[in-house]
Amino acid sequence: MAVTLGTAGELTRRRFASLGRPALIASTLVAGGLTLIAVIGPWIAPYDPDATDVLAAHQGPGARHLLGTDSLGRDILSRALAGARLSFAGPAVIMLISTILGTALAIFSAWHGGRVDRMVNRLLNVMFSVPGVLVAVLSSAVFGSGFWAPVLALGVVYLPYMARVVRSVAVRERHRGYVESLQLAGMSSWRICLRHLVPNVLPIVTAQGTYGFGSALADFAAVSFLGLGIQPPAAEWGVMVSEGRSELLDGALQQSLSAGTLIVVTVVAFNVLGAQLSSRSGGRR
Amino acid sequence: MKRDHTPRGAAARKIAATVAGAGATVLTASFVIFAGLAAAPGDPVSQLLGAKATDEARANMRRRLGLDDPLLERYRHWLTEALHGDFGISLTSRQEVTDLVGPRLATTFLLVGMAALLVVVVGIGLGVVGGLSRRGRAVVSALVGLGIAVPGFVAANALIGVFAVDLGWFPTYGSGHGLLDRVWHLTLPAVALSIGYGAYVSQLTAAAVAEESEKEYVMTARGRGVPAGVVLRHHTLRNAAVPVLTASGLAVAGLVAGTVVVEQMFAVDGVGALLIRSISSKDHPVVTAVSLIIVVAFVVVTTLIDLLQVALDPRERATS
Repeated sequence: MAVTLGTAGELTRRRFASLGRPALIASTLVAGGLTLIAVIGPWIAPYDPDATDVLAAHQGPGARHLLGTDSLGRDILSRALAGARLSFAGPAVIMLISTILGTALAIFSAWHGGRVDRMVNRLLNVMFSVPGVLVAVLSSAVFGSGFWAPVLALGVVYLPYMARVVRSVAVRERHRGYVESLQLAGMSSWRICLRHLVPNVLPIVTAQGTYGFGSALADFAAVSFLGLGIQPPAAEWGVMVSEGRSELLDGALQQSLSAGTLIVVTVVAFNVLGAQLSSRSGGRR
Repeated sequence: MKRDHTPRGAAARKIAATVAGAGATVLTASFVIFAGLAAAPGDPVSQLLGAKATDEARANMRRRLGLDDPLLERYRHWLTEALHGDFGISLTSRQEVTDLVGPRLATTFLLVGMAALLVVVVGIGLGVVGGLSRRGRAVVSALVGLGIAVPGFVAANALIGVFAVDLGWFPTYGSGHGLLDRVWHLTLPAVALSIGYGAYVSQLTAAAVAEESEKEYVMTARGRGVPAGVVLRHHTLRNAAVPVLTASGLAVAGLVAGTVVVEQMFAVDGVGALLIRSISSKDHPVVTAVSLIIVVAFVVVTTLIDLLQVALDPRERATS
């Protein structure tokens, strides 16, 4: 039996899935609310997230600044709300890349079966064994730090997780009677895949995409935290954890704590939601 | 050549294939890293000589570094030197890369060792508790769900805030001198590093133990009146051992890569922090060497797990 980190994730997912309906409702509300903030965050922020005010620096939580201010006097609540946008944009693109490429690879592999399938499987196993953080960090070394280098690298890192889940469903669909009858009716492989297989694997793709979004968000924030992703002074949660690090020493926890809490809450919400969706998609028994 | 179809022959073939695969992975990774960094922006000659160097000096340096050679030739040259333990010189500090990496490797090794100990002891311990009792399972699941969701760098912040700044039990930054001081400095980093993988290991352990303890032979043993502790030690845990060991091994491999983030967080002067610093300063010889070391460590650990599986589980030997 080959245990991979993917298998361990599978077990956690099953556990989250067993939480039932209340968990589905709660995680939908939290994940939906956070996504809404990511869209409208910059507009509902009480202050300009980039406006510095040295006279108001290092303030604790209070009536004027609910979460206090950072070392440059910027309002932490405003930066957390506005920063949601960049923090969500990264994992959104990562999941878009891994979903499109991973699903395509999975369906290609399931359709051809046999030797092609075995080769793809081997490729996926090699990809599983590559340390993701290292790839993201090296990508920044080669392409320069910023939004795209880590996002493209993590898109590839997350590909095998999507491909493996989709492949198992696609293999089952491929051997269903309707595929054979469509083939006998003379429909082209392309058309069967696009019109019939893709819609049938879509529920599991959505579930896996939601599940992966959480960890992609954490990884993307980690790269920004290392100074190789989003660059300060832009507001982003990983950047905020990094900037809050120096304030920790003075006992000012608010900045790193609020950004860190947002990351953890987002990851939990999307993990639980993804697990709930996958248990309801009929993709696994 | 005639194939040896005895179990021993199958095992030998499997081992040979595993080791060959590991070698191929490292070789491919080394080429991808080398070629990628060679194509990256940045001019090592200006970095070494400064902007004011004459054209002649620059041309000499280019020739000395072999920068005008084709990529494959440069890679072959670098690989030969690297196999002899020479990774060139750092572009920023002008020290030998091996002198930069060596002492830091010891620090990182200690950090990974401490975190691995935590992952194995706490992770497996929690997992056994969670796998045996229903109430334990609920508590362990909640802990695991949270542990998996907390990224190392966020956990690190909370740990520094509480245990280093508020309570003052541990130092905030640095890697310390002498073994005891080092262990003291590396405690919080090791905790932060181990949380995520510890959660994975306890999750898998709980599942494996729960699965085994529901099997018929366990029921039979209990029915025969064998004490619960003996059943646990002699039957349940032994049969759950293979997936648990595999998960622990993978966790240790993950810890190696995780040091990149955690060292930066605690300003521990190990190879992970060196990697990030060298990327920022475009010190490509150091970046290449450190990433290769991380890849090798990662591959060695995962290969050992594969081999361990063959050794522990006779069924693995049969399938070739």
